[in-house]
Amino acid sequence: MSDNLLLQVENVTKTFRVQGKKLHAIENVSFALEPGKTLGLVGESGSGKSTLGRLVLRLLDSDQGRILFNGTDISKIKKKDLRALRRDMQIIFQDPSASLNPRMTVGDAIEDAMEIHQIGTKAARQARVSELLQRVGLPDEVKYAYPHELSGGQLQRVGIARALSLNPKLIICDEPVSALDVSVQVQVIQLLRDLQKEYNLTYIFISHNLAVVEYLSDEIAVLYLGEVVEQAPADELFRNPSHPYTQVLLNSILKIPERPEQRQEMLSIQGEVPSPLNPPKGCPFHPRCAFAMETCRTIKPEQRTVSEGHFAACHLVDQAAGGLHR
Amino acid sequence: MGEPLLSIDNLHVKFARSEDEVYAVNGVSFSINENETLGIVGESGSGKSVTLMSSIGLLKENGTITAGTANFQGRDLLKMHRKQLEDIRGRDIGVIFQDPMTSLNPVMRIGDQIMEAMLTHHYAGRREAYDRTLQLMHEIGIPDPKTRFRSYPHEFSGGMRQRIMIAIALACEPQLLIADEPTTALDVTVQMQILALLQDLRRQRGMSVVMVTHDFGVATNFCDKIIVMYGGRIMEVAETDHFIRETAHPYSIGLKRSIIEIGHKGKEILPIPGATAAITEEPAGCPFAPRCTYASARCLQEVPELRPFGTDHQIACHHAEEVVSLVR
Amino acid sequence: MASTAAAARTELAVKKKSKNRSPLYQGWKRFKRHRLAVIGLVWVSLFFIAGVIGPWVAPYDYRVGDFLAINQGPSLKHIFGTDNVGHDMFSQILYSVRSALIIALGATLVSFVIGIVLGLWAGLRGGIADVIIMRAVDFMMTLPGFLFALILVILLGRGYWSLILAIGIPGWAGYARLVRSLVLGMRNGEMVEAATALGASQAHIARRYMLPNVVGSMGVALAFGIPGDLVQIAGLSIFGMGLQPPIPSFGNMIAQASDNILGFPWLLYFPAGIFALTLLSFLFVADGLQEAFSPKGGN
Repeated sequence: MSDNLLLQVENVTKTFRVQGKKLHAIENVSFALEPGKTLGLVGESGSGKSTLGRLVLRLLDSDQGRILFNGTDISKIKKKDLRALRRDMQIIFQDPSASLNPRMTVGDAIEDAMEIHQIGTKAARQARVSELLQRVGLPDEVKYAYPHELSGGQLQRVGIARALSLNPKLIICDEPVSALDVSVQVQVIQLLRDLQKEYNLTYIFISHNLAVVEYLSDEIAVLYLGEVVEQAPADELFRNPSHPYTQVLLNSILKIPERPEQRQEMLSIQGEVPSPLNPPKGCPFHPRCAFAMETCRTIKPEQRTVSEGHFAACHLVDQAAGGLHR
Repeated sequence: MGEPLLSIDNLHVKFARSEDEVYAVNGVSFSINENETLGIVGESGSGKSVTLMSSIGLLKENGTITAGTANFQGRDLLKMHRKQLEDIRGRDIGVIFQDPMTSLNPVMRIGDQIMEAMLTHHYAGRREAYDRTLQLMHEIGIPDPKTRFRSYPHEFSGGMRQRIMIAIALACEPQLLIADEPTTALDVTVQMQILALLQDLRRQRGMSVVMVTHDFGVATNFCDKIIVMYGGRIMEVAETDHFIRETAHPYSIGLKRSIIEIGHKGKEILPIPGATAAITEEPAGCPFAPRCTYASARCLQEVPELRPFGTDHQIACHHAEEVVSLVR
Repeated sequence: MASTAAAARTELAVKKKSKNRSPLYQGWKRFKRHRLAVIGLVWVSLFFIAGVIGPWVAPYDYRVGDFLAINQGPSLKHIFGTDNVGHDMFSQILYSVRSALIIALGATLVSFVIGIVLGLWAGLRGGIADVIIMRAVDFMMTLPGFLFALILVILLGRGYWSLILAIGIPGWAGYARLVRSLVLGMRNGEMVEAATALGASQAHIARRYMLPNVVGSMGVALAFGIPGDLVQIAGLSIFGMGLQPPIPSFGNMIAQASDNILGFPWLLYFPAGIFALTLLSFLFVADGLQEAFSPKGGN
């Protein structure tokens, strides 16, 4: 089975030092991903979801654990080999205007990716730029434009084209539509979905927006204070959310009602995400959990199996399943 | 019901840019009654925020109000001097913004900032203001008000800062609260908390709330009445229940359909083609026409006026009837 | 698929291919809106032109005085008058412009190059290199630059080269600090992270991503630097440490003329006036550049 995995993340941990204190950004996270699939990472601010994405690409070095990409442990390889390996793993950022060089035309920005890896001749690269722009739905003239001349949606398409130019196997999408207007969000998401089918891309899709994550993902991991509190196939997670935090998250989403009777009352939810500099003992969610018991305050829950492929890190896993869930 | 609390009539706002002018608000009229929650929904560039901010004198420097009135308690806010407006703002009209950090003073204790709101408007004396501040902090859910009185903004989380902004805005018991994307920068669970708080405070005090938001989910669940704006014009106005039952404007319909929600996996979603663009010429037709699948030649030439469409429902579309029958 | 392409097309507001959309052109358009900056630019350009073509258009040789016409007021023959040995003041000023420009540009270039190299090095490498360079910057900043230049002139002599070095060498610290802070800002930013994710080497990132942005932001610093150097040159001359007479310079002229201010005021008015106008113009231009190219200079 493990031959068929593109990515295996095993017990990865990352700590930052902030003002002399330890900040546990990611604690003991593991997951695996098959080619052509999408893993969604959901969480609120401070959950460590973006850090996790950067650890997978080794834009940050992890403290512990292994990250196997196509069987190679990328946390061990030399910087030079890593640069070559980057062809296969790319990232799309939330704010494309910050990730592009303001003094480089869009065409040059895309071409630069290929130039770095010495792919093709200048003419071939330029032909490829045109092809990519067309593929992401931008007219050819865009290549002469500077980033400040394009709208957010167009820039995000440029970011996608640049990532695609290297024919990567894995793309990390870090909140790629959060900064875009609603009507443009769908356009970009559908583009990402179509490209995945066409090139058999593997995605890690990071977002705070559960609905968007659900739409694109095969598997979803819910993060809270640097830990995976629940992980399951997408449909299973929404059918049977088993961690109290996942349930709170789902209940916080305001859906557009289809009938007036479906309008939601505003719920009272206790507490806020604690500072990762000073995380609670025991279960990280217990101060906000409606079902917290004495054990939750002292003992950190292990991942428990809810059903095949569905895990939740909660002492109450069997009882809570039916509890809050509507 | 009597007189509306605030009524804006035929508001026009323009912005000067380096080479051209942007027609940001083009003839917007609406009113808000006492004890009502109104949601103004739209994407960036729709003019939703500019409409409200310009009516209370918070227009950016390069903007000009070219026409219109904004009557609040029988007086036109747009004709007032800066001083008079400052007096009303914070006393009769409270305002909260998306990013509380930009409106809070970083080097002033938060208790003093809440107190100051009352002192500058001569709402209460020092002693009374102090007691009311502690009371307010308790009401908005800040634990241990006496100690937290002396904390500075950076010691609070984003959600707590927004609570403090709400306390400042409500310090003088305003009849109207204007909230500009108050939960956009917050996490979903915190958003829910802030909305719950706003709803409670509104009900207790019987004040009115105008909320500007890009989030249809927030607007349709939180507000009694909804205004949908596009290109500086109102596209649709309706009581929320009517709006949910029968969204009638092609833009509102398109937007509602293009929002990805839980349970949409596997469904094909039809995006509205194109994106919003700044309006740089005197608008001739419906601003949405270039992106509208139902647009006719008439839509490009003749601006559709807001007209009644059923009860408690108004719409600015030449073809609303046909659209609605097609959508059904 | 077709729908997304069509969607993007309507979204598009990009005009046809042309050069006029570069950040440089956009900046120029914003610059043009500042009237004082444009007037300043005109004067600065005239100053540059005078510096280049001066020797060919000067009506008299700067070394040769006309002993029959000393201390004359402005006339058709000598439009700015003559000094106490009969030098034509107009020609003297034209030559002064030339010498001032050579030294000021040379010195600025020297500071600029040292500053960029050390600033990039400190910012990119970090660690001990950063610490050493920044301590050196602090040391240079506490030292009065003018005094430092004065000492260097005494050591190096009073020629063109020594003046360029004497004024240029102490000036690097400010540029280095600016470059370093720009580099540090970018190093932790998303643009560099994105380039790293593409697989770019540090050298590639420095060359293609950081340098263009650093140089772009440095243009303004440069425009502020040149008038500063001009003042230093004049200052050295007034102390008798500028260019060796008979090479004319603003400082020399002003120093000499101030001895005779009551008798022959034009000897002071013309050089001092032109010098002051030039300084002002440079500052206006620098101000205009700053507004035109600052990150917030958009719409």
